[in-house]
Amino acid sequence: MANDVLVVAEHLKGELGEITFELLGIGKTLAAALGGQCVVALIGGNDGMVTALGAAERVVRVDGEGLSDFDPDSHGDALLAVYEAVDPRVVLVGYTSMGMDLASNLATRAGVPHAASCIALVEAGENIHATAQLYGGKLNVTSDLGGGRCVASVLAGSGAVEAGKAEGAPATESVAAPAGRGRVRFKRLIEPEAGDVDITAKEVLVAIGRGIGSKDDIEVAEELAEELDGAVAGSRPLIDSGWLPKTRQVGKSGLKVSPKLYLALGVSGAPEHIEGMKSSATIVAVNTDKQAPIFNYAHYGLVEDLFDVCEELTEAIQEKKG
Amino acid sequence: MKIVVLMKRVPDLVEDLEVDGSGKALATEHLKLTVNEFDDHALEEGLLLKETSGGELTVVALDAADVDKMLFTALAKGADRVLKITGAANVEGNTGLAAVFEEVLSAQEHDLILTGVQAADDRDGQLGPIVAALLDVPCVEVVTQVEVGEPGEGMVTVHKEYSGGVVAELEISLPAVLGIQAARQSPRYAPVSKVRQIQQSATIETLAGAGESSGAAAGGGSGFSVVEMTAPETGAGAQMLAGVDELMAVLEAKGVV
Ligand SMILES: Cc1cc2nc3c(=O)[nH]c(=O)nc-3n(C[C@H](O)[C@H](O)[C@H](O)COP(=O)(O)OP(=O)(O)OC[C@H]3O[C@@H](n4cnc5c(N)ncnc54)[C@H](O)[C@@H]3O)c2cc1C
Repeated sequence: MANDVLVVAEHLKGELGEITFELLGIGKTLAAALGGQCVVALIGGNDGMVTALGAAERVVRVDGEGLSDFDPDSHGDALLAVYEAVDPRVVLVGYTSMGMDLASNLATRAGVPHAASCIALVEAGENIHATAQLYGGKLNVTSDLGGGRCVASVLAGSGAVEAGKAEGAPATESVAAPAGRGRVRFKRLIEPEAGDVDITAKEVLVAIGRGIGSKDDIEVAEELAEELDGAVAGSRPLIDSGWLPKTRQVGKSGLKVSPKLYLALGVSGAPEHIEGMKSSATIVAVNTDKQAPIFNYAHYGLVEDLFDVCEELTEAIQEKKG
Repeated sequence: MKIVVLMKRVPDLVEDLEVDGSGKALATEHLKLTVNEFDDHALEEGLLLKETSGGELTVVALDAADVDKMLFTALAKGADRVLKITGAANVEGNTGLAAVFEEVLSAQEHDLILTGVQAADDRDGQLGPIVAALLDVPCVEVVTQVEVGEPGEGMVTVHKEYSGGVVAELEISLPAVLGIQAARQSPRYAPVSKVRQIQQSATIETLAGAGESSGAAAGGGSGFSVVEMTAPETGAGAQMLAGVDELMAVLEAKGVV
């Protein structure tokens, strides 16, 4: 076992995802502490990506038919091959849609521990300690992953993108692609339909969560958004219920927004939601649960019923406007 | 087609969660458990597939407090069989749980295994991909749509979601495991009266699980220890406001009203 940290690069439509650079930043710090190198696993990538991975000491590539588009099965097999070739101490994977397919698969097949949903990793004596955000963001759990090999999947937003960004010419090597098993076949990517409103371009967003209770009550948020010259956005469950269109979803599988004001009403603040809005200039949260994780990210908070706040605030603004 | 849905109960996030005296585990005294909401979506998608493509749907869960209610509810919603695994209550994490499920699944016919994409207590990874790796079948996480291929084709076509609403269409040979993010429609509701009625007439099949021993052998990586469990400092950055007047003052100061 080497003391290297293996970072799994993620790419879509020919471009590296930001998570890759976050992981690189975290990986470099960790590798330095362990006295090893920061190595990137690039599966189905291209030469341009290698140049963008200048922050890494080495890039291990796996190329082959059917690897340029992600499929969990062949990318899983390829990652295991890289893992065996590099023999790293720690593997860092994004806690993303692709990473969720890879991390548990690798850990189980390699027979090593895997800490999911991590926000921080440190070297503690001989061991690796990983802090994860669990229970919808209500608790942080630190685990001791021991002194041997391990896998950690890391939540987006846990590291700085800039820390892992550097142009360069890292040493590259190749690992042969394992024979395809053909069990999963990539067909195509489907782009989201354009929406009526572009929430990423709005200065004010009134974001509603499951606390709104029913589709009919969205009206009160619409009214407030109109007074604020903003738009209504929402958490995933509202979109899944068909109460709001997909184009209004903020978060991991939705859009990333950073408006001047993000007013969150009845949103608990699950890590997947926070990912999409934490860079907003001013975040105000209204929630009846004083323990709601959203208050850890908000600049201002009100422990109140959202309907009371909505109504009173709409009136107050109308009054001010005269 | 044989559809198996793996379900588990997790701490209810609507309630206050407290850490016990050891500082390493949840206090169980007032702990309220509920069905993992993504497992509920997995069940719904399974029921929809059964309704359109036929087949048999079995729900499998570990014996735990109130699990009977969850299983009877699944029957009331349309599941054909429910299976409760006993004697494995002490398995650790999803790695231990997956090993128990693998053992059960090896003895049950299965084409499509559905479970929630994640759960609130997934400290050691998600259940679906671990089960799949143990069974050596393919797995796709973050699935929002499943379509069953022509009979005899032995495959499904799924939508896997990435960020920004971009979706990948993938074709998967069966048997396979899918981690369901959201069913095509909101999970159906089973009226209490119907659940009660089912409780009178239907039975929950029970099966003895092997428990921890097999988990350690098969999963290998289970059982890494918790150092501490802490609540992130509530309102670390948030200034708590007393009412809408104060909120108006903030909005005015920020120039948004
Ligand atoms: C792979 C993956 C991707 C995901 N992507 C996203 C994503 O892009 N975006 C996203 O949002 N989620 C996403 N999720 C889901 C996420 O995990 C949470 O389930 C979701 O964010 C919860 O939404 P919520 O806060 O509206 O609901 P809940 O967590 O149910 O919170 C509702 C809140 O409302 C409060 N409340 C209730 N009534 C009132 C009232 N009258 N007044 C004030 N407050 C009230 C409650 O106290 C509670 O805090 C994803 C999950 C997975 C697994």
